[in-house]
Amino acid sequence: MYSEKVMDHFMNPRNLGELENADGVGEVGNPTCGDLMKIFIKVENDKIIDIKFQTFGCGAAIATSSMVTELAKGKSLDEALEITRDDVATNLEGLPPLKMHCSNLASDALRAAIEDYRKRH
Amino acid sequence: MSVKKVYVDHSATSPVDPLVLEAMLPYFSDRFGNPSALYSQGRDAHEGVEVARAKVADALGAEADEIIFTSGGTESDNLGIIGTALAREQMKGHVITSSIEHLAVLNSCKHLEECGIDVTYLPVNEYGEVGLDVLQDAMRDDTFLVSIGYANQEIGTIQKIGEMAEIAHDNGALLHTDAVQAVGKVPINVKDLDVDLLTLSGHKIYGPKGIGALYVKKGVSIEPMQHGGGHERRLRAGTENVPGIVGLGRAMELGQEWLETDIPRIKGLRDRLISGILGSIENSYLNGHPDRRLPHNAHFRFSFIEGEAILLNLDYYGISASTGSACSSRSLKASHVLLAIGLKHEDAHGSLRFTLGRSNTEEDIDWLLVKVPEIVAKLREISPLGRGADKER
Ligand SMILES: Cc1ncc(COP(=O)(O)O)c(C=O)c1O
Repeated sequence: MYSEKVMDHFMNPRNLGELENADGVGEVGNPTCGDLMKIFIKVENDKIIDIKFQTFGCGAAIATSSMVTELAKGKSLDEALEITRDDVATNLEGLPPLKMHCSNLASDALRAAIEDYRKRH
Repeated sequence: MSVKKVYVDHSATSPVDPLVLEAMLPYFSDRFGNPSALYSQGRDAHEGVEVARAKVADALGAEADEIIFTSGGTESDNLGIIGTALAREQMKGHVITSSIEHLAVLNSCKHLEECGIDVTYLPVNEYGEVGLDVLQDAMRDDTFLVSIGYANQEIGTIQKIGEMAEIAHDNGALLHTDAVQAVGKVPINVKDLDVDLLTLSGHKIYGPKGIGALYVKKGVSIEPMQHGGGHERRLRAGTENVPGIVGLGRAMELGQEWLETDIPRIKGLRDRLISGILGSIENSYLNGHPDRRLPHNAHFRFSFIEGEAILLNLDYYGISASTGSACSSRSLKASHVLLAIGLKHEDAHGSLRFTLGRSNTEEDIDWLLVKVPEIVAKLREISPLGRGADKER
C-alpha cells in the first residue's frame, strides 16, 4: 500500500521532537479526524536552521511530516513557503489516493509555522 | 530479515485446516459430479453434500433439512432478513436490529427500509450489549423480525440471544441471529436458544471462503432471493459448491471437538494477553465486556495514537491484527461499533483488535507483550498528544 520511501520515513522519522524556544510553531488538523501535526522552526537570517515535528496520525501523516522537515531544513522562508503537498507526496514516491488529501497536511503545518514566525518577528 | 509470523486476526478470516482441505480435495477430482445427476459421480457428490448438511445440523443441534447452504455469511444474512420480509403478504411492518451489527445485516435492513419497512436500530450500552428491556420496549404490534448478532465482530461482546428469542416470540416476531463470529467459539444449540434463523460462515472456522449456511427452523417460511433450479429446498438456486460444502461440514464437525480442546487453551492465552497489555501500558483500555465476550477476542484502545500506524509497526514485526480506526478503512470512517459504544472519534482511532486462533502459542503472546508496548511507546513519542496536562486525561 505504501511506497518504500513512505515506510522508511514512517519507521525512522527524521527531525522528530520539539524545539525549545522555537521561533515559529504551526499546528494543523485535529484528533477527531485522526491527524494532528505540529511543526517547530528555528530561524536565522530568514533561513530555517532547525525544524522538528510531532504528529498524531496514520502512517502517511507521520511520513509526510518527516519528509516536509527534510525538504524545509536549510531553506529560506520564501523557498520553504513554496513546498506543496504534491512536492511532499512526490518526494515520498507517491501516496495512496485515499491518503492524498486527508493525511497530507504537513506542508500546511510548515506554512502555519512560518506564518507564526512572521507574526511574532 | 525473515520474521516469525504471528497471525492474530482470526475474526477477519482463518486458514483452512489441513483436515478440512483433505476432506474437500476428492470433490474437485474423483467426486466432481453434479449432485443432481443420477450416475455415480453425481451420487458421490450428492452424498458429500448431504453428509456435510448432517454435520452442520449436528453441530447446531438442528435437523439436516433445516440447513440451507449459501455463499457465506453475507448471503445468509441477506436471505434470512430479506427472505423473511419477502415471505410476508406485503412489504410492510417493522424490523428491529442493533446499531453494532455487521454491515451484511445493517445493509440488508437498510434495503428493507427502502422497500417501505420500518427499521429500528437499537442502541447498546458501553460494553456493546443490547438491553433486554430496550428490545422489549422497541417491540411493536407489527414487528415481524428481530435480527441481533450472537457475538460482535469487533469487540466480541456476546448477547443474550435465548432471552431475545423469547421476547421476539412473545410479541409474534421471528428471531434471526448472525452467529458468524460465535460458531466454533462458544457452544450453540438452536433448539435451546429457540432461534428461528441463524447465519454462519465457513472461513471464520478454518473452512473455506465463499461458503456458509443459514439455519431455517422447520415451519419458518422465507422466500428465495436467487431464482433458478430448485436447489436447497428451492431457497437457494444454483449448482452446489460441493467442495466448499464438504469443507464447511468438516470444519463444523472439527469445531465441536476444538470447543473442548483448543478453545480453553486459546482463552488462557487471550486472558494473559489482556492482563499483560493493560498491566504494562498506561492509558490502555479493554473495549467490550470483561466476561461476556468471545474467548479469542482482545480489543484494546490506546490513547494519543492512531491504529493504522500501530498496524504498520506490528506488520513490520510479522504480527497481523486489525483496527477500527477511520484511517485504515476504505470509507475513512471510524468503526460504527466503536462509536455506538460511546467512544469519541479520537479514541476509536487508537483501537486495536487481536483475535487468537488455533495456531497461536505462549511464545506468540510473549512476542506480543514485548512488541505492543514498544510500538505504543514509540508512537506516543511521535505524537503531540498526551503531553503535560493532557497526560492526566
Ligand atoms: C458477524 C459477521 N457477519 C457476516 C460476515 C460476512 O461473512 P462472509 O465473509 O462469509 O460473507 C462476517 C465476516 O466478516 C462477520 O464477521
